[in-house]
Amino acid sequence: MSSKIYVLHFPKETGDQPIISQLVKKFDIDFNILKATIFPGNDGLMVIELNGHKKNVKNGLSYLRDCGVTIKSISTIIRRDDDKCFQCGACTGSCPTGALYIKRPSMEVIYDPDKCTGCGLCVNVCPVHAMDVARNLTLNSLE
Amino acid sequence: MADSQFAVEKTYEEINARIKAGEAVVVTAEEMVIIVKENGPVEAAKKVDVVTTGTFSPMCSSGAIINFGHTNPTIKASRVWLNDVMAYAGLAAVDIYLGAAEVVEDDPLNKVFPGGFKYGGGHVIEDLVAGKKVQLRAIGYGTDCYPATEAEKEITLADLPYALLVNPRNCYQNYNCAINLSDKTIYTYMGTLRPNGRNANFCSAGELSPLLNDPLYKTIGLGSRIFLGGGVGYVTWQGTQHNPDAPRLDNGSPRKPSGTLMLQGDLKGMSPHWLKGISMQGYGTTMAVGVGIPIPILNEEMAAYTGMSNEDLVTQVVDYSFDYSHGVSRNFGEVTYAQLQAGEIEVNGQKVQTSPLSSVVKARQIAEILKQWIEDGDFLIEKPVTTLPGPKE
Repeated sequence: MSSKIYVLHFPKETGDQPIISQLVKKFDIDFNILKATIFPGNDGLMVIELNGHKKNVKNGLSYLRDCGVTIKSISTIIRRDDDKCFQCGACTGSCPTGALYIKRPSMEVIYDPDKCTGCGLCVNVCPVHAMDVARNLTLNSLE
Repeated sequence: MADSQFAVEKTYEEINARIKAGEAVVVTAEEMVIIVKENGPVEAAKKVDVVTTGTFSPMCSSGAIINFGHTNPTIKASRVWLNDVMAYAGLAAVDIYLGAAEVVEDDPLNKVFPGGFKYGGGHVIEDLVAGKKVQLRAIGYGTDCYPATEAEKEITLADLPYALLVNPRNCYQNYNCAINLSDKTIYTYMGTLRPNGRNANFCSAGELSPLLNDPLYKTIGLGSRIFLGGGVGYVTWQGTQHNPDAPRLDNGSPRKPSGTLMLQGDLKGMSPHWLKGISMQGYGTTMAVGVGIPIPILNEEMAAYTGMSNEDLVTQVVDYSFDYSHGVSRNFGEVTYAQLQAGEIEVNGQKVQTSPLSSVVKARQIAEILKQWIEDGDFLIEKPVTTLPGPKE
């Protein structure tokens, strides 16, 4: 089984096509849409979690690519500036998915991009602005 | 001399002689917990000469006294800004005090709630110690001896004739564990608190924290030499709001916020790793300050104090949605730092996730650095000129 969060960028030509539904119909993939936006230029952005057999997810992703969808892992657009982070742990109380957590007993503050859904709640909570989430996951973040 | 009440007795002179000879046994407060547990305080006091402590967390009552040098023509600066953050200029001509909590001019503050407070005095101080250029702007009303009415120049820490970190209140001995029992999110100096007590924030290094290792101020006093912001500093007075009469456990440690320290040190010896500008969403700006204080193990009593662990240290759970802001003295239970660091406490029968605001990782690093300084033989333990006010008998 594979379960991972992806950031999808839909070119404007695909704006009127039912693409995600095909992941269920053709590839037996479960999905959970965490964020979806269509921009004025008709292109779209989606943060989506895909669950399914590894092979099915792989085939589903290549189907998306064939449709012209650009796929990125969320870790490429959200990162922690480890020079700024002073390991206080303030973020861990706000992170809804446990992507930011404290390792015990050392009390180190860990960021696990695999668990991050890109909600951005940590950004304003961090006292030193160490969490760099591309602003509202806009198109700029994919470039 | 009368019979001593202690089985082990060492003087500052003896400990310093051992430090100079490279023979002193120095351990961190975390290491001391284990040593005392295994050997008991008397044996631990025989073995160990100095215990190093550390803390690194937001400390709002911090700032710097700066003399920025005379301009030509001279100015009696009455209002001064550094990177558009206002400093207090009601001192001699070119002396100012820059406070960590002063927010940059034109900041929208909390007009769009909760404000972000991206830049303030703490950030200016961090920029200065990082060696960055800072824009200084001053205005004055003009006098015969100080005719200029305005001045503007770029300053760097290296160029300043004088820059002294002066923190009127640091190192709070213990602090509240904050929760929010209202039904909406609140934004406080204790961080963002979710409604209905869904999270709890605490702010102490626990067993590493300086004043929790000397709960009755027997060795930390006026003139104590310390690690401050990466450089050397001194305890120069008790801090504002110093409250030695807070209720205490039998082991001497306070159950509520109690003692505080005023600290000073040459800003030029400090580092941006250990002084960091901080933004608390919806609250304001402040500065995280790194402090480490060495504690001489003069006798088994000091060994016992420094041997206290997170299990032995407690604080109270306080509601910040109403009680704190309205002076209601009520708490929602007493919890140990072991529970707080483990990540979960119980409040009103409900499990609540806890998050620290004080960095244990950095506190540990500070205790290790201070240990190294002492082991290297060039950092001696200063006997206080006078001790801080303690609890009433």
